[in-house]
Amino acid sequence: MATTLDKVDVVTVGVGWMGGIIGAECAKAGLKVLGLERGKERGTADYLMIHDEFRYGIRYDLMQDLSKETITFRNDRKMRALPMRQMGSFLLGEGLGGAGTHWNGHNWRFLPYDFEIKTITDQKYGKDKLSSDYLLQDWGVTYDELEPYFDKFEKTAGISGEDTNPFWGKRSSDFPTPPMKKTPILKKFETATSNLGYSPFMLPSANLSEAYTNPDGESIAPCQYCGFCDRFGCEYGAKTSPEITVIPTARKTGNYDVRFHANVVEVLKKGDKVTGVKYIDTQTGEEFIQPAEVVVLTSYVMNNAKLLMVSGIGEVYDPDTGKGTLGKNYCYQILPGATGFFEEKMNTFMGAGALGMTIDDFNGDNFDHSDLDFIHGASLSLTQPGVRPIAFNPLPPDTPVWGPEFKKASIHNFNRTLSVSGQGASMPHKENFLSLDPVYKDAYGVPLLRLTYNFTEQDRNLHKYLTEKCVEIIEEMGAKTAVPGNPLTNYDIVPYQTTHNTGGTIMGTSPENSVVNTQLQHWDAENLFVIGAGNFTHNGGYNPTGTIGALAYRASEGILKYSKNGGSLV
Amino acid sequence: MSDEKKGLSRRDFLKTTGIATGALVGGGLIGGLVGYNVNKEGQVAGTKGTGGGNEQHDAAINRGLMFFQKMEDFNVLSQAVERIFPEDDLGPGAIGLGVPFFIDNQLAGNYGSNVKEYMQGPFFAGESTQGYQSRLTRAEMFMHGIHKMNEEAQRRFDKNFVDLEGEQMDEILTAFQKNEVEMKGASSEFFFKLLRQATLEGAYADPIYNGNINMDAWRMKEFPGNQMTYLAQIENEEFMKYDPVSLSNMEH
Repeated sequence: MATTLDKVDVVTVGVGWMGGIIGAECAKAGLKVLGLERGKERGTADYLMIHDEFRYGIRYDLMQDLSKETITFRNDRKMRALPMRQMGSFLLGEGLGGAGTHWNGHNWRFLPYDFEIKTITDQKYGKDKLSSDYLLQDWGVTYDELEPYFDKFEKTAGISGEDTNPFWGKRSSDFPTPPMKKTPILKKFETATSNLGYSPFMLPSANLSEAYTNPDGESIAPCQYCGFCDRFGCEYGAKTSPEITVIPTARKTGNYDVRFHANVVEVLKKGDKVTGVKYIDTQTGEEFIQPAEVVVLTSYVMNNAKLLMVSGIGEVYDPDTGKGTLGKNYCYQILPGATGFFEEKMNTFMGAGALGMTIDDFNGDNFDHSDLDFIHGASLSLTQPGVRPIAFNPLPPDTPVWGPEFKKASIHNFNRTLSVSGQGASMPHKENFLSLDPVYKDAYGVPLLRLTYNFTEQDRNLHKYLTEKCVEIIEEMGAKTAVPGNPLTNYDIVPYQTTHNTGGTIMGTSPENSVVNTQLQHWDAENLFVIGAGNFTHNGGYNPTGTIGALAYRASEGILKYSKNGGSLV
Repeated sequence: MSDEKKGLSRRDFLKTTGIATGALVGGGLIGGLVGYNVNKEGQVAGTKGTGGGNEQHDAAINRGLMFFQKMEDFNVLSQAVERIFPEDDLGPGAIGLGVPFFIDNQLAGNYGSNVKEYMQGPFFAGESTQGYQSRLTRAEMFMHGIHKMNEEAQRRFDKNFVDLEGEQMDEILTAFQKNEVEMKGASSEFFFKLLRQATLEGAYADPIYNGNINMDAWRMKEFPGNQMTYLAQIENEEFMKYDPVSLSNMEH
C-alpha cells in the first residue's frame, strides 16, 4: 500500500541537466520543487580519484545498474527482442547529474535548417527526395525562437568557443569564455581542412578555457586537460555539469529538494490532468505517491518514453497503421570516420572531452544534395579527448588482434594515431521506434522498453559519402596510413557508438504529429511536461545537449506560465 | 625453446632479450619482473615484493587466488593470457604484469557475478547484434572455457594445455576465436573476446587492481597514468615523457 506524501508544486522525474534546469528556474520563481532521483547523491568531491580508466571507463561505475533496469532490442519487427544485458552501444546515466556528469562537453546548437528540415527539403529537393517511409517533420519551433534559450544555456554552462563558423545560426552574443587551447594536434586538422578549402573552428566546449562565474553565481574552474572526461566526472569542477551549476542554484533558493533512491514507476493520471507520480524507495522497497501540481519527466530518452507507456498516457505508435505518436521517430546517430596512423609521436594522452576542431562544410544543408542520395550530413571533427590504454589499441589493417604482432602494433601506435570523425544526422524511419516489451520486466515488475532499430538506406549513403571526406582530411593531415571506417551494416548494440539517442516523445504542432506541443506540454495532460532529446523529431549532425538545454529553458518559462494561468500553452 | 619461454623466469627474460639491469627508463621494466614468476608447474613464485625501489607500490605483497581453486585451472589461464599479450623486447607479457591474478580477483567479485548486468530470463541465443545472452555468469563462463581449452589440448595433442608448445596453444586459442569449439551456454568466440578483453584490462588497469605490475604496461605504452594536469604542456610540440603515477599515490 503506497504512502501518499504532501503535495509539491513541481516534481521532476530524474535530476540531470533537464531536471536541474527545471528545478533551478521554477525554484527561483518561488515554486516548491522536488526532484526524484533513482540514483545517489554525488558531486565534485566524489571525483578526486576519478583517473581510473578501469573503474569508470571500462566498468562504467557512474552508469546505470542494468541488473535493475535495461531495455530490450531487436533490429526489426521480425526479430525476437532480447534484453541489452550489458551496456554497450550507449551509456545510460544514473545518479545526481545523470549523463550530464559523464558527458564530454561538446555543446552545439542544432542548425536553423534542422528545425525546418521538412519544409526546406521539400522546397529545395522536392517531396520525393526521401521515400515516404521516412517520417520527416519540422519541429514546430524555429532557430530564431530558440536562440535566446541557447544563449541562456550557454551562459549557465560558460561554454568556451569562437563565433567563426560561417554555417551555424546567428548568435545574439559571443561565447561566454574564449576557446580552449589550440594544440599541435588540432593545428594539423586546421591546416589540412584549410588546405582543402573548408572552414575549421574550435569546437564549442563545456570544458572551460578559464574560470567562469555564471549568471546564477555558480563557479566553474578552468580545464586542466587531464584526459579524463567522457565516462568520468571532473575532479576540478571544470567540466560544466548539473551538480556544479543548476542543482546548487536550485538548492540555494530553499525551494528545492532532491529525494534519492526514488525510482518512479508510474505517472498518475485522472481525467485530463496528472495528479503526481508513484515511486519506489529502492533501499526499503516502500511505495510512495508524490502528488504534484505539475509533473515534469526529465529522465533519459528511454525512460521518459517508458513512463508514458506504462502509465497509459498517449497513444503508442503502430508501425502498421502509422497511428499513434508515442515511441515514433526514434533516431540515433551515424558515425562516419577515418583513422590515420602517423610516423611521429604526439601527446594524444593529454586532452579534454571537448577539445577539438570542427568543420561544418558537410553538415545540414550546407552543401548541395541535388545529386546525392541522402539529406543532411555531419559535423566533422578532430578531437583530442585523451587516449587511455585499455580501450585504445589502434591497429593498422591486417594486424592480428592478439599475440606478438598485436602487442607491438598497439603499443607503437598508441601515441601515433588520430581520427577524424563525424556526428552524422539520423532520419526517422517508420520501422525505427520504441514500444513496451511484452516479456521482460525490470526489478520492480514494470515492463522494459523495447527498441526496434536498424540503419537505413539514407544512413548508409550519408555514411559512405562522409567517410570519404574524413579519409581525405586525415590524408591531408599527413597520415602514413589512412583507414576508412567500416561501411554501415546492421545496427549492433554491442560496441560503444554514441549516447545520442533521440525521439520517442517528439514535439510538434498538433496531437496528430507529436507527443508534446512546442512548449513540451503533453497534448493529453496540460500539467505534464516531457523534456529531453526524446523531443527531437530527427537527430542532427551534432551532439544533442546544447539543443536540449535550450528546449528545457524554454519549457521552464512555459511551466511558470502554466503554474500561474493554467490551460494549454499553445 | 618454447618451454623456456613458458617458464618466464627473470633470468631467461634478461638472457633472451639482452636487456641489462637498469637499461630501461626508470628501471621500471626490470623492477616489475623481479621476484614475479608463475611457471607452468604451477608454482606461484616470489609473491613478495615487486622491487623497483618503490616500496609504496609493492603491488604483489598480499597476492593470492580468490576465485580459482585448482592451480591447474589457473595455470591454463596464465598460459592463455600470455599468448594473447606475450613478453617481448618491449617488456613483460601478461604473466609478468600480473594479469592472471587480476582476472582471478575480478572473477571473485562483481564482474564475475555479473552484478551490474541484466540476468533475468528467459534466455535465447539471439542474433550477434543483440550481444551477451548467456545465462552463465562470467565466472562460470571462464571456468567452463578454461576446462574446454584443456579438453581441446587433450583431444588435439593428447597433452594438457600448459604442456603444449606455444604454437599449439595458439591453434587452440584461434579455434576459440573462430567459434570452432563447442561450448555449453555460450559461444567460444564470445568467451575468447571476454578473455582477450580481460587480458588487456589486467595489463593496463591501474596497478591497484593487481595487474600492470609496477605500471610497466603503462611504461611500454608511454601512458603516464594519473597525472593531475597537462595545462602547462598541452601546447608543446615535442612528445612529453613522464614517469607514470598510480592512483595509490593518492591514498594519503
